[in-house]
Amino acid sequence: MKWDTCDASVQYLLHLGDDALVLGHRLSEWCGHGPILEEDIALSNLALDLVGLARQYYRLAAKRIGDGMTEDRIAYWRSDREFLNHVLVEQPNGDFGDTMGRQFYFDAFHYLQLEALQHSSDAELAAIARKALKETTYHAEHSSEWIVRLGDGTDESRRRITASLARMWPFTSELFTPSEVDRAAHAAGWGPDVAALHGPWLDLVRDVLQQAGLSLPETPAKLLRGKSGIHSESLGFLLAEMQSLPRAYPDATW
Amino acid sequence: MSTPDQWPLWEVFVRSKNGLSHKHSGSLHAPDAEMALKNARDVYTRRSEGTSIWVVPSSAIVASAPDEKEVLFAPSDDKVYRHPTFYEIPDEVGHM
Amino acid sequence: MAPSIDMEARFLDYVAAENKVEPKDWMPDAYRKTLVRQISQHAHSEIVGMLPEANWITRAPSLRAKLILLAKVQDEGGHGLYLYSAAETLGTTRDQMIDDLHTGKAKYSSIFNYPTLTWADMGAVGWLVDGAAIQNQVMLCRTSYGPYSRAMVRICKEESFHQRQGYEIMMHLARGTKEQKAMAQDALNRWWWPSLMMFGPSDDQSPNSAQSMAWRIKRKSNDELRQEFIDKTVPQAEFLGLTLPDPDLKWNEARGHYDFGPIDWSEFFAVIAGNGPCNTERLEARRAAHAEGAWVREAATAYAAKQAARRASAVSPAKASAA
Repeated sequence: MKWDTCDASVQYLLHLGDDALVLGHRLSEWCGHGPILEEDIALSNLALDLVGLARQYYRLAAKRIGDGMTEDRIAYWRSDREFLNHVLVEQPNGDFGDTMGRQFYFDAFHYLQLEALQHSSDAELAAIARKALKETTYHAEHSSEWIVRLGDGTDESRRRITASLARMWPFTSELFTPSEVDRAAHAAGWGPDVAALHGPWLDLVRDVLQQAGLSLPETPAKLLRGKSGIHSESLGFLLAEMQSLPRAYPDATW
Repeated sequence: MSTPDQWPLWEVFVRSKNGLSHKHSGSLHAPDAEMALKNARDVYTRRSEGTSIWVVPSSAIVASAPDEKEVLFAPSDDKVYRHPTFYEIPDEVGHM
Repeated sequence: MAPSIDMEARFLDYVAAENKVEPKDWMPDAYRKTLVRQISQHAHSEIVGMLPEANWITRAPSLRAKLILLAKVQDEGGHGLYLYSAAETLGTTRDQMIDDLHTGKAKYSSIFNYPTLTWADMGAVGWLVDGAAIQNQVMLCRTSYGPYSRAMVRICKEESFHQRQGYEIMMHLARGTKEQKAMAQDALNRWWWPSLMMFGPSDDQSPNSAQSMAWRIKRKSNDELRQEFIDKTVPQAEFLGLTLPDPDLKWNEARGHYDFGPIDWSEFFAVIAGNGPCNTERLEARRAAHAEGAWVREAATAYAAKQAARRASAVSPAKASAA
């Protein structure tokens, strides 16, 4: 399967699905280790939503590829050079502040992206986006509220979340830098011009940071091309773990 | 005596469908009302649609004393549980 | 006021008549203490029990399996939460209970001190460990203490899927490749005896049992529950085409039950004493999560206090400016 030359709409679905799967996978790592039981359950719900969303995108992609393609072949049998997620979502969980920083930046983008995708000219994609928007609104509220609590909590939490937000900030530039796949999707009317989302995203982020008593980080942007399959070193390890079982028993079904 | 990382206890009431009344589902810990509501949705309704949730600090509930004529009774205060402590108002607020 | 013999007798009659005891009712102090210990240890078991299964979430071999496992482990967290809530009605706090767990003062079910080594363990744990737990839990739905029984009813409703999901994994593996079938057999070999030990030693070895039965906290004996579990599970194993690791297992027509081989209780006591394969890791993981989360919990508490102060000063700015 030549993933980089398949249909443009399929590549777009893989990109959307990969963001959801990789981020959902990261969140699932918190299960059993959360800062308090109630939050452990909340984080697992976020993970379930995202992996569920990934499945929807992958199933649609599989349908369009045809030829017996399945959601699991898409998830478990592509290498990290074939994954099209943003580098931001593959960042390790770190501490709770790092996780919330990552979530906060991505959730705000995801919300704006889905808002646009509900009007996609690709009707099947629009339907998925419409359903996912409600959940993602909830995700964005959840992460925003934690940014405020941590920013406006104790001196220690303020120090930590400031560092986390600064650490994750450089990864956000990729969200608004269109890749080939983004450009093709926008030209076809399937998806938004991601560069145009930057302004509204900054407004959302600034607003929450202000409530939290924090300021916009100034750490310089990184040169990132996750959406083109060139990832940070984290993704390789993530996929090695995630894909290990089917790859160890290639003739088995699960 | 509450330590700085202890979250107070809240009672959760859920109305699963319009037309029914709220039913007591259980309790959970949260630092404030907003988080109590969100946690209640996650824990007691798994975010199913159309449910109404009430959260009340356990300390705010006033309960009747058990009927003296009943088989089992203990002379008791009007708190809802045998809790040794409820969330105490932190000093800063108390001085207002 | 010291409880009179009359009150204790009336309490015994009350529970014998299948009445529920509620938080503010009079109860023997020993009844309350037994329940706090039992409910909190049940809660701890759910929370620690998340860990051996969470171990495989990131390696679940299909997206569907990933979702099912994640939802299952999340359910267990929820069950722990319901049980902590029930215990809190008896005058203890979540923090006290957690502290007791972390210091080793409180126990949790020893089954969770075993490692989950393969994907087939997810099948075996769901089928056998949850199966054994369900046996116990269904009985506890009729326990005399109201909040505990209500928590158990809620838990049993959600449990119904868990065992089926574990069995489904075993079925798929047993019918799969040679390696998958061997994986399933290996998991069954490792989890069978520890699952039987979950019910605890014979009641005649357990000093608290008789009192728990009289108070209707416990409704069936350990041996009864264990026998029920075996009778139900043997045909399930046969259906899978797997062999139970007990050469003495045999249907006894006269008794109407399966006879089974001797349980190695020395292993059980060794694991309870802290020397099982994973005791250290399980407790360490829980302690670490709690310690690493302290700054988060503190931040939320501090923010809530600040917000309360702001609301108070917003309501009465005159007071605030006079302060």
